[in-house]
Amino acid sequence: MNEALPNFELLLREALAPVEPPADLVERVEGALEAITELAAGELEAWELSAMRDPRNWARPAAALVAGGAAGTALVLLRARRRAQRTPRHGLRATRFEQAAERALKDLAEETRKQTRKLLDRR
Amino acid sequence: MSEKPTPKPKAQLDAEFSELYRAHLRDVYSYAYYRVGNHHDAEDLTEQTFLQAYRHFERAQRESRGRPLRPWLIRIAHNLAANHYRDRSRRPASSIDDTQPITAPHTTEQLVEGREELGRILDGVRRLPDDRREALIMRFALGMDNREIARALDRSDGAAKVLIHRAIKQLQEMLDEDASGALLAESAHGNSTDAAREDLGAHERTPGR
Repeated sequence: MNEALPNFELLLREALAPVEPPADLVERVEGALEAITELAAGELEAWELSAMRDPRNWARPAAALVAGGAAGTALVLLRARRRAQRTPRHGLRATRFEQAAERALKDLAEETRKQTRKLLDRR
Repeated sequence: MSEKPTPKPKAQLDAEFSELYRAHLRDVYSYAYYRVGNHHDAEDLTEQTFLQAYRHFERAQRESRGRPLRPWLIRIAHNLAANHYRDRSRRPASSIDDTQPITAPHTTEQLVEGREELGRILDGVRRLPDDRREALIMRFALGMDNREIARALDRSDGAAKVLIHRAIKQLQEMLDEDASGALLAESAHGNSTDAAREDLGAHERTPGR
């Protein structure tokens, strides 16, 4: 066995083949990451409540809202891609990705609407 | 006087983290799986690794100065796994859940032989000292080069190279020993069976019994 080192390394590579993560783990990790992002948004809201009394800070939450919406975009798009990957039927993949992306953008638009409403209510 | 670098907008950081996550989820999971030996703990370890990575992502990006972040991710998993075993005073599960399927076409006989051989190798990997086992996982399961392994294990490139070399050598020696041990046992078993057969024959042949 010692003479054939490259063969042994090939066997090692085969024995230690990469392992695909299970689908439910993908859901779990992405869910946890999304929850963290939402938690960060919650902290921002707490800051807003105290800071909104000062007119100099009025521009800041608006900017944060834009940034927060965009921050969610990365994870929302990630979710869209995952939805599309779950439907590998031939010929339908592109259409399904578009549908998933559309759904994801709707989610995002809804979330932005909620945040805007909250801000306006506070004024 | 050095100026502090301007922090990146959160949106950009999140987008970059998503990229990192997509690119390396399989690496982290593979590492975790071979490190802890079962899917259940590997899933927990993977989740915790990404959550911790998310918390420290900005600093890691700043300090990496453009170098790939995979070694940093694997190092987080490595530290978490070490803490896991330290806290619970336990070693990886007794054997890896199942041998990975062989993708190349084989005859049934070859497949069984191949699986047995791969099983023996995996078992050998599990019996290696922690640092050697990890180096082999990084090299062969994740395809990391010496430099990446060195960064993940916080060693010099040269030390990582030596570690891998020694790990392979020790594994080969272990497997050779196992193989000769099995041969010896088989031959001892064969001898004792022959002796028993002879005894039985003598017994059967003993007249008057």
